[in-house]
Amino acid sequence: MVKSKRRKIEDIIIAAICFLFILLCLLPMVNILARSFSSTQAMINNRVSFWPVEFTLESYYYVLQDKAFVRSLWWTALLTLICTIVSLVITVMAAYPLIYENLKGRRFFNSMFLLTMYFSAGTIPNYLLMKQLNLLDNPLVLIIPNCLSIFNMIILRSFFYTIPESLRESAQLDGAGPVNILIKIYLPLSKPALATLALFYAVGRWNGFSDALMYISDPKYAPIQLKLWQVINNRSSIETAQQEGFAAPVASEGLKAASVMFATVPILVVYPWLQRYFITGVTLGAIKE
Amino acid sequence: MKKKRTAQKAYVYLKKTWTLYLMLLLPVAFAVVFRYLPMTNIVMAFKDYNMFKGVWASEWSDPIFKWFQKAFQTKDFWYALRNTLLLNFLDLIFGFPFPIILALLLNELAFKRYKRVTQTIVYLPHFLSWIIISGMARQLLAPRTGVVNVLLGKVGLGPINFLMENGLYVATYIALGLWKEMGWNTIIYLAAITGINPELYEAAEVDGASRLRKIWHVTLPGIRSTIIVLLIMNMGRILGSEFDRPFAMQNDLVMDVADVLSTYVYRVGIRGFQFSLTAAVGLFQSVVCVIFLFGANAIAKRFGERGIW
Repeated sequence: MVKSKRRKIEDIIIAAICFLFILLCLLPMVNILARSFSSTQAMINNRVSFWPVEFTLESYYYVLQDKAFVRSLWWTALLTLICTIVSLVITVMAAYPLIYENLKGRRFFNSMFLLTMYFSAGTIPNYLLMKQLNLLDNPLVLIIPNCLSIFNMIILRSFFYTIPESLRESAQLDGAGPVNILIKIYLPLSKPALATLALFYAVGRWNGFSDALMYISDPKYAPIQLKLWQVINNRSSIETAQQEGFAAPVASEGLKAASVMFATVPILVVYPWLQRYFITGVTLGAIKE
Repeated sequence: MKKKRTAQKAYVYLKKTWTLYLMLLLPVAFAVVFRYLPMTNIVMAFKDYNMFKGVWASEWSDPIFKWFQKAFQTKDFWYALRNTLLLNFLDLIFGFPFPIILALLLNELAFKRYKRVTQTIVYLPHFLSWIIISGMARQLLAPRTGVVNVLLGKVGLGPINFLMENGLYVATYIALGLWKEMGWNTIIYLAAITGINPELYEAAEVDGASRLRKIWHVTLPGIRSTIIVLLIMNMGRILGSEFDRPFAMQNDLVMDVADVLSTYVYRVGIRGFQFSLTAAVGLFQSVVCVIFLFGANAIAKRFGERGIW
């Protein structure tokens, strides 16, 4: 009896510690959210902590005035959609044939993919390749060079392995070819894995920054992270202002907070829907052959 | 006669499998063009790159290791190398134990729904980009208007300029890395904990073991091999470098401690057009990395673990 009481107290202490971790993760975001809805005056006087002060939509209004920023949001959304679809297709095309154990050359293809996880050419050789292929400043450079992640391929392949081989064999006896088996059996059964990969690929593109920084100089193709980086560093607003002949306004704190929210909210919206899948996915990825 | 039979066999085999090869065509072409082909450009490190002649027509450098010697003579290179090692080392020391502790805590959490909510929330920062996090950090940690310094001011401390002083910058860099990945990195430990035989806990229960004793004698030994493999693999990555994180956080005032090899290569190579010099730096980094990784893998195998290949 005494023991169970002690247990309960322990349980509550552990729950309280976990609550601190929750706060640690959420409060920074709550503060930025509060700032984005607060007036500049309130921010200058340090009155904003975790709740908007003198509620206003001013910051959001100013962000939406920046046409380049809004266009970049739409452009990145389109880019993310295309990248996710292309990547999913290619990942399936790489993972599925490799589960056929009697496929000749399977070991070769396998190691060919795996090696790229540990050996990469490096920044400069990659940059020179994009130059040789005429991909610099081409929107395709944001889609193709990262369309297959071997890590994700391993996750999918591991998931395919969990589907009983007997299903495949009986379909083969019925005369179904590999493509038919893939479409009728493997893909429908792999929805959790495919959802996980879709999340990883989509987040990867939405958050992608360095490829745009290195390969894209035309502002027309700048994805949202590049744009956001410019806003945070007071670059974009000054440049556009100079182009359009205004005096240079320094991006205000509220504007920066609202810009950060624009880049964050899409992730916050998609994440809860997909998060129940990804734990299975990640755990599978850890089990290597 | 025999030839005919092999040909027939091959025909039957291909008839069954040609669609699989067709499927592999695209991913293989991708790997060849975007992963293996750029490796030929590594030769840049041994040539005097001429933008108009291209990689292949450029002259070989004389002496052949000219660019490596040049790199080793620059102060910036040594700073970048030192910072890469230092930041990765601190990441390892602080970034490694915390996810284990958090995983143990989460595992002990008795309220199932609350546990799921906690997991959902602590995984979330993993999905934010370093650009977003550095944007938030600059606001939160701003010396006059940031909420952290405002709160510190209320208890009579500060203002502390977290991002603009060398030592504080390093501490903030490590802390933000922890904030982003601590929750996410618990997943693998939690998965390992699920694999522990529940009878062991029941036996410990019968013996009257307290919670801490059960953690110490059942849970931790149960995830021992996961811990060892991850630790060794992380040590193998001590010279690897991310780009987004240091690049998004660094500023001119703290360049001495903030510049790492990846940002050095970007700044001097792509922005400063010194392709041969930075290709040499990149090659040096890759080679050392691979050696470390092989070493780490060999050590993992010696411990009787599976390693990574």
